[in-house]
Amino acid sequence: MTTTLSLHLTRIVSQFPVPSSLFCPLSSAKQRPQLLKCRLGLRFHVHRCFFASPYATPRRCFSISASNSQGWDKDSDTSNERYDVIVVGGGHAGCEAALSSARIGAKTLLLTLNIDRIAWQPCNPAVGGPAKSQLVHEVDALGGEIGKVADRCYLQKRILNISRGPAVRALRAQTDKREYASEMKKIVESTPNLSIREAMVTDILVGKNDNVEGVRTFFGMNFYAPSVVLTTGTFMSGKIWVGKTSMPAGRAGESASHGLTENLQQLGFETDRLKTGTPARVDCRTVDFSGLEPQHGDEEVNWFSFDPDYHIEREQMCCYLTRTTNSTHQLIKDNLHETPTYGGWVEAKGPRYCPSIEDKIVRFQDKESHQIFLEPEGRSVPELYVQGFSTGLPERLQLPLLRTLPGLENCSMLRPAYAVEYDYLPAHQCFRSLMTKKIEGLFFSGQINGTTGYEEAAAQGIISGINAARHSDGKSLIVLERESSYIGTLIDDLVTKDLREPYRMLTSRSEHRLLLRSDNADSRLTPLGREIGLIDDRRWKIYLDKQARISEEKQRLKKTRISGGDLAAEITEVSGQPVRDSSTLESLLKKPHIQYKVFDKHGFGNDLLSRLDKECVEVDIKYEGFIVRQQNQLQQMVNQQHKRLPEDLDYYAMTTLSHEAREKLSKVRPQTIGQASRVGGVSPADVTALLIILESNRRRANEERRHQMLTSIVADANQEVSEGPLKETTIS
Amino acid sequence: MALPPAFRFLLRHLPQSTSPGTVSSIFPRLSIPVHRKLSLLFSSSPKPINPPPQVTPKATKENKLVFNKDERLGSGAVSCDESVVNSSTIAAIVTSLCGPPAAVGIVRLSGPSAVSIVGRVFRPASRKKRRRPDWRPVSHVVVYGEVLDSHGNVIDEVLVVPMLGPKSYTREDVVELQCHGSEICLRRVLRACLDAGARIAEPGEFTLRAFLNGRLDLSQAENVGKLISAKSVAAADSALAGIQGGFSSLVKSLRAQCIELLTEIEARLDFDDEMPPLELNLVIDKIQGMLQEVENALGTANYDKLLQSGLQIAIVGRPNVGKSSLLNAWSKSERAIVTDIAGTTRDIVEADISVGGIPVTLLDTAGIRDTDDIVEKIGVERSEVAATSADVIVMTVSATEGWTLEDEKLLERIQSNKSGSSSTPVVLAINKIDCAPSSSYDWVNTLSSSFNKHVFTCAVSGQGIPDLEAAIIELVGLNRISTGGRKWTVNQRQCEQLVRTREAFIRLKGSISEEIPIDFWTIDLREAALALGQISGEDISEEVLSNIFGKFCIGK
Repeated sequence: MTTTLSLHLTRIVSQFPVPSSLFCPLSSAKQRPQLLKCRLGLRFHVHRCFFASPYATPRRCFSISASNSQGWDKDSDTSNERYDVIVVGGGHAGCEAALSSARIGAKTLLLTLNIDRIAWQPCNPAVGGPAKSQLVHEVDALGGEIGKVADRCYLQKRILNISRGPAVRALRAQTDKREYASEMKKIVESTPNLSIREAMVTDILVGKNDNVEGVRTFFGMNFYAPSVVLTTGTFMSGKIWVGKTSMPAGRAGESASHGLTENLQQLGFETDRLKTGTPARVDCRTVDFSGLEPQHGDEEVNWFSFDPDYHIEREQMCCYLTRTTNSTHQLIKDNLHETPTYGGWVEAKGPRYCPSIEDKIVRFQDKESHQIFLEPEGRSVPELYVQGFSTGLPERLQLPLLRTLPGLENCSMLRPAYAVEYDYLPAHQCFRSLMTKKIEGLFFSGQINGTTGYEEAAAQGIISGINAARHSDGKSLIVLERESSYIGTLIDDLVTKDLREPYRMLTSRSEHRLLLRSDNADSRLTPLGREIGLIDDRRWKIYLDKQARISEEKQRLKKTRISGGDLAAEITEVSGQPVRDSSTLESLLKKPHIQYKVFDKHGFGNDLLSRLDKECVEVDIKYEGFIVRQQNQLQQMVNQQHKRLPEDLDYYAMTTLSHEAREKLSKVRPQTIGQASRVGGVSPADVTALLIILESNRRRANEERRHQMLTSIVADANQEVSEGPLKETTIS
Repeated sequence: MALPPAFRFLLRHLPQSTSPGTVSSIFPRLSIPVHRKLSLLFSSSPKPINPPPQVTPKATKENKLVFNKDERLGSGAVSCDESVVNSSTIAAIVTSLCGPPAAVGIVRLSGPSAVSIVGRVFRPASRKKRRRPDWRPVSHVVVYGEVLDSHGNVIDEVLVVPMLGPKSYTREDVVELQCHGSEICLRRVLRACLDAGARIAEPGEFTLRAFLNGRLDLSQAENVGKLISAKSVAAADSALAGIQGGFSSLVKSLRAQCIELLTEIEARLDFDDEMPPLELNLVIDKIQGMLQEVENALGTANYDKLLQSGLQIAIVGRPNVGKSSLLNAWSKSERAIVTDIAGTTRDIVEADISVGGIPVTLLDTAGIRDTDDIVEKIGVERSEVAATSADVIVMTVSATEGWTLEDEKLLERIQSNKSGSSSTPVVLAINKIDCAPSSSYDWVNTLSSSFNKHVFTCAVSGQGIPDLEAAIIELVGLNRISTGGRKWTVNQRQCEQLVRTREAFIRLKGSISEEIPIDFWTIDLREAALALGQISGEDISEEVLSNIFGKFCIGK
């Protein structure tokens, strides 16, 4: 309750000076949830009005009017438009940021270079995979969009790592790239509170207190907002390469954005360059699939979204597997001098997890053949994505190279492989809320922070969108701790570690991944999503019902006992362990190889539960011991690591720290002890020394405060001013 | 941006009207961000009317942290309690070990589970208290009882002084175990505590905790800071220098193997479709091999067992060959009465010494001979029993008299008694070499088959005692460890590392035999690697990743 109330008040305040608020618009059906909220806030408004102004009451309606993105803006001065949040960039980070911000209730503007390319999938049109699927589930649990769109537009879905443990089980979907972009565009266009505009941002407008005030575009427009999210992707001073030839571009056929890097540098930001690439696309009508190994989707389809309304099955398409041949290897070896890395004209190394085909062949000489996947890009386009075959060779050699692959002997190439170089801002310049340390209200998300991948972008996007909206509203910012989620791990890594390649989420990056499974992403994050205001009543009810079903079922399994019978016999056979009389179903489920399915088979299942519910029950019971152990370890660690570091520490003055630690800590400026210990070059001894210094400082400050208090009591004996600002408390 | 007067009024008077009563009555459910927003708005207005209220700095604004809260786990909420800086429980011997043994020595534990750890190793003498399942001490009340090892054997009688936080040195729960002062007792008690879950304290760690928990004053604290940093720099230096020898190379190789396995497994978790399938049998064999290595390391050292039980060495021989003198010389004490009269020692005299870091109990026995003296007869019987149960027998003969018929008979008697467990090593000590010409030891060689070792000693001067110790060390198998390994045997910290590693491997084996999915294996592999890498505190994830990329051809 408190959340909603304070939100309303502050929203009113922030929009106070704008007179247009008196226009009370018609409300459409889509805006009903907000009207509801409005009513909830009513009681509060009455009190407000007493003190503030009689204009206050209709204010709330204004933000609804602003939500009508199709030309309903009534600002008198159209060259100086005011918003709560401006999101620059319409990719996967930008969409999530804009959507979450608008849904929370902030008046949001999405600026993009080309509206037709919103949510484009310029590389592999696929969502999910190990670790990445966890990100998608988490974004969905918070109320994000990527999972729903992927569920709606899939061409093929597969579960990876199915038998390797619940924490690494991963869903991967091949998506229809046209459909994906148009679906997401539709959602963005129809979201209340969200306006879209084509524009190239060249300047960040900064206020007197190093706070962001808005952005300026190439054509001279100023847009104002207290929060700005930059999601520039590969576009900031982007340059694409095919062979030795390069041109300025963010993606093939799209112009890069210029000027913003220089502006950010002037503001004192450190920028650097990264490189990534995408393989060629071939025309599937020219490929002979007859000799290729097909790779089908799962028969039992799984879903990214926790919202069952989006679980709509559709026909799946097939991927195919081919391999490099001797002639592939020969062709590459003969032309190594034509590749950027081995020709020696590009020093920047590509990401290690995404090596070019020439890299694979040079580095792994003894491997005679490499797998190449042919993946469809859509139902209505003939393009095939040639996965595992990115190359820096010039275009004239690319088709001959493709034609060395079995099945592609007569293929025609639709798009050549190319590499792209772009500016990014090493993310140690951001807090974990993704707000920059230098400019208050400026947020970075996606490839600008040095990541790669749609999922990583979406994960940062939703956090920066939430925080941008909260910042504009004067609320505390949300930080997901490293241990809470893959999103938290991702951001913690970004702001703490020294990146040398585009960052991709991997399961091995998460220390406590057993607790960060896809099946429990909702029970970890949906309550937070609800609190923030991204989970509506319907979703919340679905969530609560699911949790209730699961916990009731766990109770039932604990209480139900069986002795002998078919079930016991089958369990003995499958697990190789005897079943004692009057064993609980719970204890049976803990035996090796026993799955919930066996209960269903023998009539001990529970029809009220969905397949996914049953999986949750199974994981919770089967791996209880491991989960509890990890949880305890986490608890121990958390106590130690979450101790906060003051922002203004002078690390260079700390002579007990090693030189390297002083340097690195000054650069990264971690927010907690745990984060400090993860900064490269900081040893456990440094951490101990840091703890000592912190405690010494605290004591000294205490003494000073006591001293000051004494003197001030003497001096201000007659004044009854209470100095300290109201203590800030977090909403709970 | 003109502020309406009402607003100004509000802003100006808000801070003054902060008596809780009025605020709550005017603003029911007023949440605090409102105020901050007001103040932000206020400070950005061009003409501040009041001195601007303090704008909250950026970082404190980020105070909404989300911890791992899995609603399905119920109690799984992890809270952040800033006052608890350290959650591990540390233990150490806090009395000096150098110099002559003191009467009393103290093992101190500090940390949240200090009480439960002591509860596991301590058995109060009082029956009433013993009946309770968990030990709940009253703070600052001394309890008398016994310390037990993990097998339930009594190690020492102790006085336990529980000092529950915050009324303790470190402000954590502190329990002190007052043991007997000998190094052996103290080490055994410490070992029991470590087995029960404590961690050995770093140098100065008690003081560090005291400081971090707000116990010391500032000037003291700065000294602590210097001390700790000096020590950790020294530690870091020595870690960097890379201690040569058995233990560190063993740890390095084990750790490398763990990382390699993690690499193999995790590469397949992240790059499922690009890798050849994992050969599970090879992995299992490797894990088995590593566990074996750890077990061997722990076993070869024999340290565990010997430290737990110690050695009993019985000194036997005819009367008046200098057994008691030998005991006195060896234990550097006047434990036994020495006279020229044969049969002075009637009962068994014990002396505790330490040989190669291993606790040893020396048993001086009555000289074995046929006698009519009732008292001496009992003494002789006892000597034989002692000889039967000892781990090592030192048979003493007199160099001046040489090998006599009685010695021969005695040897036979010992050997017949030992027939069941013939493996008990017997060392021949030829004593009183100062009184005999050096040429007359030919008889020794003829006896070499009957004894495992022989040494020449002179109890009066102490000559030959090191040889005797060396012989014993060799006989009980301590010599099989290289010099590097020996270092480890006396280093509790490293032993603790290996024990933790072994635990992880044993759990891992459990997972394998129960056919738990492979991702779970990585949990214990990581733990093993962490336990092995504790000194350097390296980042495993990064290492595994760079290994994956270095080793395998993956990526799309």
